[in-house]
Amino acid sequence: MQDLTAARLQMALSLAFHIIFAVVGMAMPLLMVIAECKWLRTGREVYHELCKRWAHGTAIMFAVGAVSGTVLSFELGLLWPEFMAFAGPMISLPFTLEGFAFFLEAIFLGIYLYGWDRVSAKMHLFSGIMVCLCGTMSGVFVVTANAWMNAPQGFDLVDGVATNIDPVAAMLNPASFTQVLHMTIAAYQALAFAVAAIHAYAYLRNKKSEFHREALAIALPIAVVTALLQPIAGDLSAKMVARYQPVKLAAMEAHWETQRAAPLRLGGWPDEEREETRYSIELPYLLSILAFADPNAEVVGLKDVPREDRPPIALVHISFQIMVGLGMLMVAVALFGSWLWFRGKRKMPEGKFFLKSLIVAGPMGMIALEAGWIVTEVGRQPWVIHGIMRTSDAVTGMPNLWAILPFFIGIYILLLIVVTTLMKRQVFASIEEEG
Amino acid sequence: METWSVVMGGVLVAFLVVYSLTGGADYGGGVWDLLARGKRAEAQRDLVKRAIGPIWEANHVWLIAIVVVLFANFPLAFSTLSKALHLPLTALLFGIVLRGSAFVFRTYDKGTARDKWSLVFSISSTITPVMLGVCLGALSVGRIRIDGQGRYLSNYTEAWWQPFPFMVGLFTLSLFAFLAAVYLAEFAAEEALQEDFRQRGLIAGVVVGVLAIASLGVASFNAPSILEGLTQSAWAIPLHLLAAFSACGTLWCLWKRYFRPARFLCAAQVALVILGWAFAQYPYLVWPSITIAHGTAPETVLKQTFLVLLGGSVLLVPSFLYLFKLFGRDR
Repeated sequence: MQDLTAARLQMALSLAFHIIFAVVGMAMPLLMVIAECKWLRTGREVYHELCKRWAHGTAIMFAVGAVSGTVLSFELGLLWPEFMAFAGPMISLPFTLEGFAFFLEAIFLGIYLYGWDRVSAKMHLFSGIMVCLCGTMSGVFVVTANAWMNAPQGFDLVDGVATNIDPVAAMLNPASFTQVLHMTIAAYQALAFAVAAIHAYAYLRNKKSEFHREALAIALPIAVVTALLQPIAGDLSAKMVARYQPVKLAAMEAHWETQRAAPLRLGGWPDEEREETRYSIELPYLLSILAFADPNAEVVGLKDVPREDRPPIALVHISFQIMVGLGMLMVAVALFGSWLWFRGKRKMPEGKFFLKSLIVAGPMGMIALEAGWIVTEVGRQPWVIHGIMRTSDAVTGMPNLWAILPFFIGIYILLLIVVTTLMKRQVFASIEEEG
Repeated sequence: METWSVVMGGVLVAFLVVYSLTGGADYGGGVWDLLARGKRAEAQRDLVKRAIGPIWEANHVWLIAIVVVLFANFPLAFSTLSKALHLPLTALLFGIVLRGSAFVFRTYDKGTARDKWSLVFSISSTITPVMLGVCLGALSVGRIRIDGQGRYLSNYTEAWWQPFPFMVGLFTLSLFAFLAAVYLAEFAAEEALQEDFRQRGLIAGVVVGVLAIASLGVASFNAPSILEGLTQSAWAIPLHLLAAFSACGTLWCLWKRYFRPARFLCAAQVALVILGWAFAQYPYLVWPSITIAHGTAPETVLKQTFLVLLGGSVLLVPSFLYLFKLFGRDR
């Protein structure tokens, strides 16, 4: 029992760490390629500089993402050998394809970073586009493997043994599309908000900086578009969860009673002992509508689920509230920005208040992303493969996992500190300050 | 069933060969960073950095490919090894994380911090191949036991805390350093640096020979099955002759300053060593508990993985070769 907690903590920590670098590896190349296109078209040095800086940022984040992703691919076995003994062949296809995407991303990133004076301008831009595409594809494939854990299919279970394994059907499981959509938008959104905030901050301090102004002009539209699209993707995801993982939905909503015309709960504190949610704001019918597009649809409550089959309710509910709440705030910022943009005759909004709101929104994407993964992963508990295998049956028998955990914590903290300082100094610092 | 698992086993060996020839040599570069001496120490380090900078991440992906092919096709072996080798694999991961991060930090950091990262990079580059070798060596010792249901019976240290895996670890380190020295001698544009790495290559080649013999000595009492495979099977003699020919050829070419053939022969030697090891292991993935056909994925999965790999290689192989063509020579 003790070591199950340690294994889960180590996995959670590794995922939470890797995900930051993975999304930057997915989305930062887009900024870099846009800057390069603008440079090639206009010949303005500021775009060249931006492109180089973002390429350095991609290089740093990609390298740490690649090695922390390696850690995860081993940890699947190190921590969950029984899971992998069962699931390995079933998730073989997305991981093989991910391998290729990652491979091409690494190759073309090498060409992109070191090939400035070795390949033609066209080839260089092509390499950047390949990094961009392959980075996103590798994220897409990995997410389908995770979606399979939520909506497993592509095999028959006979006396606990899987037969008729079909990796294609496993990859195209019902959760794949919505999860991929939600996560891909999230990756671009989280990065665009973070980058926009950093440059907004610098631009606010030095309004003469062309560098920060142009950077903002590239990141901001991505932030706005993704923030406005995300609620649609989120809604599709929620409907999928409602259909395939009703217990997870009930935990997300801290919904105890099975009922028709179920209300949506905002905030509140779920009391798992007394099986009730206190201090929440209830919006009638809304949960039934959002989950099943029908105001009178029945939504399963947690009281109908045996305690040993429930996930930790408070953590899932609160993480979900954080994700949705931050998502809505980002929508507000995006709407505000769009309104300013229209009113200002399609010129980038540069008002103090707007720039400050961007700074405040900066970390929201990343926090929402982490919270969303907590909802997905913790919300699936006690199952590692929904309805098929319990996490406690998947864990390794390796003793003293607690003793290894501090080393992981230590190395991740160290890397976070170093990466933050490096990004600050090498990527986001003003050219003007460097002199 | 049998055929396809042998095919996928072959794919694993092929990937291990390519990983050693590319990613392995990158670790070797780190070793020479650690051992950089003399008035050209900084120039040597810079050469290593220029040589591996554009390619190390692509090279590293071969390791991930090995892991994926292993768990997709040989789930029993993967889960068993994940238990038996938990500690050395964790150490390997720390090495990988520190090596990669330190390298990129060194590339983009400024001032004295670079020296610090350089040190982290070179030390982790030295430890990681040893851990890789420990894991490979443990496959032959015979202390990884499972029962008929695939349940793991050994404890979590006995499989690898043995003399033979650590000998294989040192041997792997020397092989990678040898490869790197020979590659760097060819890569270098400056003659003085070329001489530095020629000299290092000659020394490393001798060390490889000594450690190979020492490993066989340790195998005689700690991993007799692999020794038997390596010495007594039909293919053993021709393979050994070829490997010995390549090794001597590499040294002779280095001596004569024929750097391009030296590089080719050195790579051939490393490939032959791995091939010899794989033949000696055959038909066992883990001696004596898991054969290549034991606990594999269903045939459909094996076939499908193979076809996906084949299809993907149409895109991958030209890209990979192009990368190497672009950055194969120092400027």
